[in-house]
Amino acid sequence: MLQTFIQQIINGLALGSIYALIALGYTMVYGVLRLINFAHGDVYMIGAFVGYYAAQKFGIASASGQISFGGALILMMTAMMASASLGVVIERFAYRPVRKYPRLTSLITAIGVSLLLENGGQVLFGADPKFFPILNSAVTYTFGSVTVRLTDIIIVVVSVSLMVLLQTIVLKTKLGKAMRAVSYNLDAAKLMGINTDFIIAFTFALGSALAAAAGILVSLSFPKIDPLIGVLTGLKAFVAAVLGGIGNITGAVLGGFLIGIAETMAAGYLPQSLNSYKDAVAFAILILVLLFKPAGLMGSVAPEKV
Amino acid sequence: MALLKLENLTVSYGAIEALKGISIEVEAGEVVTLVGANGAGKSTTLRTITGLLKPKTGKVLYEGKDISGIPTHHTVDLGICMSPEGRGIFANLTVLENLELGAFRQKDKQKIKADLEKVFHFFPRVKERIKQVAGTLSGGEQQMVAMGRALMARPRLLLLDEPSLGLAPLVVKTIFEAIDAINKDGATILLVEQNANAALNHSNRAYVLETGSIVLSGPSKELAQDPRIREAYLGE
Repeated sequence: MLQTFIQQIINGLALGSIYALIALGYTMVYGVLRLINFAHGDVYMIGAFVGYYAAQKFGIASASGQISFGGALILMMTAMMASASLGVVIERFAYRPVRKYPRLTSLITAIGVSLLLENGGQVLFGADPKFFPILNSAVTYTFGSVTVRLTDIIIVVVSVSLMVLLQTIVLKTKLGKAMRAVSYNLDAAKLMGINTDFIIAFTFALGSALAAAAGILVSLSFPKIDPLIGVLTGLKAFVAAVLGGIGNITGAVLGGFLIGIAETMAAGYLPQSLNSYKDAVAFAILILVLLFKPAGLMGSVAPEKV
Repeated sequence: MALLKLENLTVSYGAIEALKGISIEVEAGEVVTLVGANGAGKSTTLRTITGLLKPKTGKVLYEGKDISGIPTHHTVDLGICMSPEGRGIFANLTVLENLELGAFRQKDKQKIKADLEKVFHFFPRVKERIKQVAGTLSGGEQQMVAMGRALMARPRLLLLDEPSLGLAPLVVKTIFEAIDAINKDGATILLVEQNANAALNHSNRAYVLETGSIVLSGPSKELAQDPRIREAYLGE
């Protein structure tokens, strides 16, 4: 019993760090634009596909479809840069033109972009699953009956490093300070001389790069990818952002880990016949959050002083 | 040549015309005030000067150059800085971070340091609160931070939108004394106020705005004596 628990915690940390990485993109974009970027899950998918094609193009994978750590790192960098550019393009051509209209317009635009990427992906990449290269040194460690896969360790270590890097950018750099100013009060940020369009584009680039990193990390672990992998993962990551308090960066990370652990716990403890309900856990949590703590765990409304 | 000249400026929000062709001039070194009731178009005027709003017709001339509709970060580069209505401070950041954001376009660290000292000189209270999160400050202190933050960008033209709104009389006095001192230090000021009494006492010239049009203008001392003003804005 305890072993199941520990095992599922470990699995949950790996899964949760993926949700956290993606949730950060949702929460940052919401922070600066008050927009739920429903296309964000699809940017994660594109990241995985960029990695897949980069592996072929660069000849990184061996004939049997295996790659080294260095190769995986190159794929991740490539995917992050490509997705960052895609995020900037989406913001520039889909969201910026409708920014002055009511928020519902942007929301519907986001759904449109999402459909475009999913269906465009099926046209470009084909609807059949593709198989991502796997790490040739992928091993597992066994402690008693608890098994830790090396890929899980890599997922957690890389994700946490990226989160620390992001936190450093947001808290310690001038760009980060500008991001926080934009998310707090757009007009006041403009009055400081901040080029807010640039900051918003930069925010999309950061969030999209993190989503791409998540796409590569997941694919290294579960190599079957298709143009719709971003749908469910994206929605769960969105729930993670809402659970943590959308707009709050620490909240997104916390929410990601909580959703990941809740899901693996459900997978570990639900009877076999109900096992497929693990995907519903995130949405059950969403309903509870909306009922009892709509601002999320760390979300707060700053008091207005007169 | 006037530092700032608004020519027949019209601004609308959708179908609603907020400014119906106003013309205003501000000479370098002056304190000019715009008085008027709620909804007269005072804030709209300031927001159009800074580029937050785009005029429908008419021009914003700054040192003779047409700057209508240029992005706000470029008007800041020209030395046009605003302390907005409701202060617009970043309540989640510290007072120091707020002030540093005011100097966002300033690359020279020495100048930032000197400007901070200047802000402390005008507002000693801000220095006492420097490490605090701005949202925890009192309304008057927040107003000082908002004005200090605008000063950090080295304004040549400082736009102040309702700096005394909702503040205790003693704090209002401090704010207006600071306005005098900032002007003496070299900044030209365009002041929007509902507190017409104080605004007329601390300015050289005034424009009276009513539902989007200028209805009266002249030296503040004269306007303060004008019976129409006394009745409409000074509560007599």
